[in-house]
Parts: sequence; structure tokens; C-alpha cells
Amino acid sequence: MTSDQNVQDTTSVDHFVQQKYRHGFVTDIESETVPPGLNEDIVRWISARKGEPEWLLEWRLQAYRRWLDMQAPDWAHLQIDPIDFQAISYFSAPKSDKDRPQSLDEVDPKLLETYDKLGVPLHERARLAGVAVDAVFDSVSVGTTFRKDLKKAGVIFCSFSEAVKDYPELVKKYLGTVVPPRDNFFAALNSAVFSDGSFVFIPSGVRCPMELSTYFRINAAETGQFERTLIIAEDSSHVSYLEGCTAPMRDENQLHAAVVELVALEDAEIKYSTVQNWYPGDENGVGGIYNFVTKRGDCRGDRSKISWTQVETGSAITWKYPSCVLRGERSVGEFYSVALTNNCQQADTGTKMIHIGRDTRSKIISKGISAGRGQNAYRGLVRISKSAANARNFTQCDSMLIGKGCGAHTFPYIEVGNPSAKVEHEATTSRIGEDQLFYCLQRGISEEDAVSMIVDGFCKQVFRELPMEFAVEAKALLEVSLEGAVG
Amino acid sequence: MLEIKNLHATVGGKPILKGLDLSIAAGEIHAIMGPNGAGKSTLGNVIAGRDGYEVTAGEVLYQGKNLLELEPEERACEGVFLAFQYPVEIPGVNNTYFLRAALNAQRKYRDQPELDSMQFLKLVREKLEILHISDDLLHRAVNEGFSGGEKKRNEIFQMAVLEPSLAILDETDSGLDIDALRLVAEGVNRLRSADRSMIVVTHYQRLLDYIIPDAVHVLSDGKIVASGDAQLALKLEDQGYSWLEDGGIEAVAG
Repeated sequence: MTSDQNVQDTTSVDHFVQQKYRHGFVTDIESETVPPGLNEDIVRWISARKGEPEWLLEWRLQAYRRWLDMQAPDWAHLQIDPIDFQAISYFSAPKSDKDRPQSLDEVDPKLLETYDKLGVPLHERARLAGVAVDAVFDSVSVGTTFRKDLKKAGVIFCSFSEAVKDYPELVKKYLGTVVPPRDNFFAALNSAVFSDGSFVFIPSGVRCPMELSTYFRINAAETGQFERTLIIAEDSSHVSYLEGCTAPMRDENQLHAAVVELVALEDAEIKYSTVQNWYPGDENGVGGIYNFVTKRGDCRGDRSKISWTQVETGSAITWKYPSCVLRGERSVGEFYSVALTNNCQQADTGTKMIHIGRDTRSKIISKGISAGRGQNAYRGLVRISKSAANARNFTQCDSMLIGKGCGAHTFPYIEVGNPSAKVEHEATTSRIGEDQLFYCLQRGISEEDAVSMIVDGFCKQVFRELPMEFAVEAKALLEVSLEGAVG
Repeated sequence: MLEIKNLHATVGGKPILKGLDLSIAAGEIHAIMGPNGAGKSTLGNVIAGRDGYEVTAGEVLYQGKNLLELEPEERACEGVFLAFQYPVEIPGVNNTYFLRAALNAQRKYRDQPELDSMQFLKLVREKLEILHISDDLLHRAVNEGFSGGEKKRNEIFQMAVLEPSLAILDETDSGLDIDALRLVAEGVNRLRSADRSMIVVTHYQRLLDYIIPDAVHVLSDGKIVASGDAQLALKLEDQGYSWLEDGGIEAVAG
């Protein structure tokens, strides 16, 4: 019995799996979760549960088989206890997903209340802010606002599952072309079990009329979240996309392994901003999200541009290198990052700029802030291929230490294969100046305000790349995350 | 205004101030001179409450209050201002924003309403005009990329906006050419008032050509070893400090 026989009939698939797994489903009022563990049957179940076509199931299974032969990476500057991948549940959905709501009015009010608490502007607030939101709760996409407005402009913004149903050709054409399943351990895992995510398609010549936004939330216990985002910007199109992430406090670690693929064709521009505030664990390092994310943008067309901006304040572990493959001539890649680690948080993050086309340019601005016992590593690769004549890179990598128990580390990798390239790397490390602090205090500013002011100033180059609403949120997040870091 | 009695202070366990006495009345300007390592900067830092400067004996009364009991930011809010010898840069923090945060923190402390940006801007423009400072200063990050002269002028500008009761100018003249020195001194003179006292710490007499002090003190080895009027500064300029060590103290003291 294979799942594709039951593609449209989720009830009987449930039944089938329930029989097969003695533990049955952990289903409560709000959500439906598969039992922990991973094998081909789980992959088949997920695919069937989502009513996927045969080719996608095959794609998942191939990824799963690859994953079995791969090892979790251990080269990062992170101390992680081995993760038991059989102890994680690979799918969890709010139950109402079975009868998928047709509009926001039909969404469980409790769910909307949760979003309200999170400050997700789903209702009128969204309209005011001009943001279209796709909210991913645990593993499925809950509702996408403004679809009509976007449709008028020809923009497709929907959940990944819907895209598979409604735009299979587009998905098939681009899925895995930027981050192939074999790319790395976590990308392979994601490819096998990804649950949902966002899909964006901007047709030729269209400037997306509003910021697109996704809000991710891990809610259920002992579940992993594996979302997959695919953004395609056709010739001369433009889109700005934001994602926000939160998770509740839990004592156990939760796994988040997402894949984001961006494709920019000729003269297209994609701006991708993230404010990540997954639960970081408590001050003793108990609990928190393990965030293993593969994000990559492919500047496929000439003169295309991809810009990553990230503010990473959450997660117990962050392993994340949003990258740009600069294939098109004169294409441009940018990476602006603020990563903050407090208490026992660890971050190993940075970027890769792969210059392939001639006259390609890249810019990296990385700001690492360590407080408490936090460990913060910047890891960046700048590769100038032989073909990339006149390529340029500028990297600025600044670290700030707050207190004496934390650490900052920089691992720049520079590979230059073309003599006409120009690569610049600047790095600084500073302790939050006792001098700066005293200067502020002496003017009457409280210590707490002084620290947030100094940190905010330190991050300014990155914050100003964020859309307005996000810049405010990012600043507030840093303040909250640094509470009690000094003194 | 300020009454310092038998002040002893250590830095990193090392005694620097060893029984310093100083009394300043409201509206007075006192100059503190002395050789390197005498404890001139330490005095400013102790008054301002900097971490690492430990008072081991003595007292500091400011407007009748025990200053040493207060946190540094409370001292600032009470009207104690230190113009730094080396003003630090705070990259990315706008100078105007910083100063408004400082002023409003102080106003809040004194139960005065905070100023909104328009009110603040108006105040700032007035002060700039008085000090003949261009408003270019307002748009830059705090001291970032400022020349030595600009940094010192920024300190005086902050002082003008915050309107302290007691200002300590720690070697405000160091590193300035004569034109910059004159500008800074003019600024200070404009801020002289009957209810504001100042301590001017300097190595050189030349600053005192422009800022005429009510009293000059010589600080040596952690103590005031000589006090006098502006003439004392001239004598120091002429003869150096060594004559003080040869029992010359009585000659000018009192």
C-alpha cells in the first residue's frame, strides 16, 4: 500500500498509519501530531496527508535516502549534544486544517488570538501596515491575507502546499534548484519531511505592491518545524519579503530546520528580511530552539540583486548562512546581519558569496553581540571563481562583547580564483566600552538605556536595511534580549 | 556648592588622592593645576562616580548632600557635569538623540516634563547660537570622526544644554590649537553664572588667560599643596612645579 493511492483521502491515511504505529496519533483539541521518529513511512504519510503528487513524494524519498547516508555537521563553533532524530515528531497541524478554512473568518478564533498576542497583523492592522501575512503555525500555513490584491498584480503568494496543488509546474521547475536536497544534512532532512512554508512568484516586470510577510510559530511540544520557502522573481521584478519567528518556552529543545530558496532572474531584485526570536532557552541553557537553516539566493539573471537582512536574537543554537550565488553578470549580493547571544545561546552564522559572473559585487555587514555566556561566531565565505572577472567584495565584521563570560569568533574564508578581483575584509571586536557606558551615565542616562542605546548604534547599519515596522520590532527585541546583561 | 574634606581615593588599590581638601562657592571657577600623575583626573572621576575609583576616606558634600552615596547617573541628574579629557565615540548613536535622552533623563529625575523633539530642537538651536557652533554637529554620531577640537566643543555644547550646577572640565584645553582653545574658552565664559561653579583642570596656564579663575590650586601627590589667585598660575607657568617641593608652599599659600 502506497500513500499515493490515498492522495485525496486523508482520513483513510490516518487510519492506515494509526494501525501501523501502535502509539497512534497524539491528537488533542488543537493539533494533530505524528508519533516521534523518522522512516520512509512517515515521509509517505506526510506526503499523503498533504495530498501531494507522486513526483514530490519521490523527491522526498530520494532526499530521505540521501539523508540516511549523511552526518550532522560538526565543523561549526557550537557545542551541541547529539540530536536524537528519532525522538522528534515530524508533523503537527492544527486540527482544523482538515477542513481548511476558506477565509480568515473561518480560522479558529483561539488561533487568531494567539497571533494577536504575537502581534501578527492578520486583520485590519495588516491592511494598515500594508503587509500581506502568511502565518505558519507549527507545520501548516494558516491563512494568507491580501491574496486578492496581490492576484490583481499577478503576484502569487500562498502556502507551499497550495502552490504544489495550484502551480505544480512552477514548483517542479524551481524546487531544489538553489538548495538541492543533497546540499547538506539539514537540507536533506527538510527536503524529506518539509511540512509547509511560503511560495512567492513575481511575474516579469512586476513590482510587488506590498511587503510580503510570513510569521512562523512552533507551538506543539517535541515537534520539529521544517518549512520550505521558495521565492521566484522573474525578469525585472521586485519583491520585499519579511519573516518573523517565535516559539513558546519549553524545557526541551525543539528542532527547526528550514530551507529557503530564492531565484532572481534578469534585473530582478529580492530583499529578504528575517527577525528571528525563537525561544532561546533559559539562563542555564535549558530548552530553546535548535535553528539549523539553509537559506540561499541564486542571482541567476544578469544585473539581478538579492539582499539578506537578518536579526537573530532567539534560538539556543543558530546555524545559518544565508548565501548568494552570483551567477548573472553584474549581479549583486548583500548580507546584513545582527546576531545576539545572551545567557547560554550559541550562534554560528554568516554568509557565503559565490561570485561566478563577471563584474559581480557583494557586501557583507555582520554585527555580532555577545552577552552572558553567549558564544557568537561569524563564518563567511567569499569565493571568486575564475570566471568572475572584476568581482568585488566588501566585508565588515564587527563584534561587541558585553560582560566577561562571553565570546566572539570570526572565521572568514576567502578564495580568489581571478586576479582582477578586489576583496576587502574589515573586522573589529570591542567590549561594550566601560568608557562609553560611563559617558552615558555621566550625562544622566540609566545603565539599561545606555546599553540599549550603544547596542542600537552598533547595529544601525543593519537596522536601516529593515522595513520600518521591522526595524522598530528588532530594536525592541534586542532590548528585551539584553535585559539584565549588564550590571 | 562643593565641599571636599580629607578625600582619599585609590585606583586599582593604588592610593592616588591622599587627603584632599577643596571648597568651592556657587558661581566660582577654580583651576586645578599640577604635574602629571598628581591626581587631577582622578579628582574629576571620583566626583563623577566612575567605577574603579574607590574612596577610602573623607567626604564630598555637594549642595549639602553626600555625593559619594549617589550613583553616577544620579550625580549627573543632580547637576554634576564632567567634560571629559577624552570624549568617547559612540558609533551609530546620533548626537542630538543622545543629548535629548540625557536631558530628558535629568528632567525626569527632577520631576520636570520631558521635552519633545520640537522643544528640544528649539533649545539646541539657541545654545548653538550662543556658542557659535554649526549645527552640522547635531547630525553626526556622538563624537564619531570628530576632530579633537570638535570633541571638546561638543562637550561644552552638552554642558550648555544640560546646564549643570557643577562642571568639571578635565583638561579641556589639551590637544587644542590656539584658535580652538579660544573658541572653547569663550563657550565656557558664556556659561559662567552666579549659580554655576566650575573646576577647570589644566596643565597649562594659557587656558587661564581666557578663563579667569577665582582661585588656582596646585595638586601634587594627591593633595592640594598650594592655593592662590590667578597670579599663581602665571608663576607656575614661569617656574614650573619644582619650587613647590622646595618648601615654597608657605610663600604663596593663604
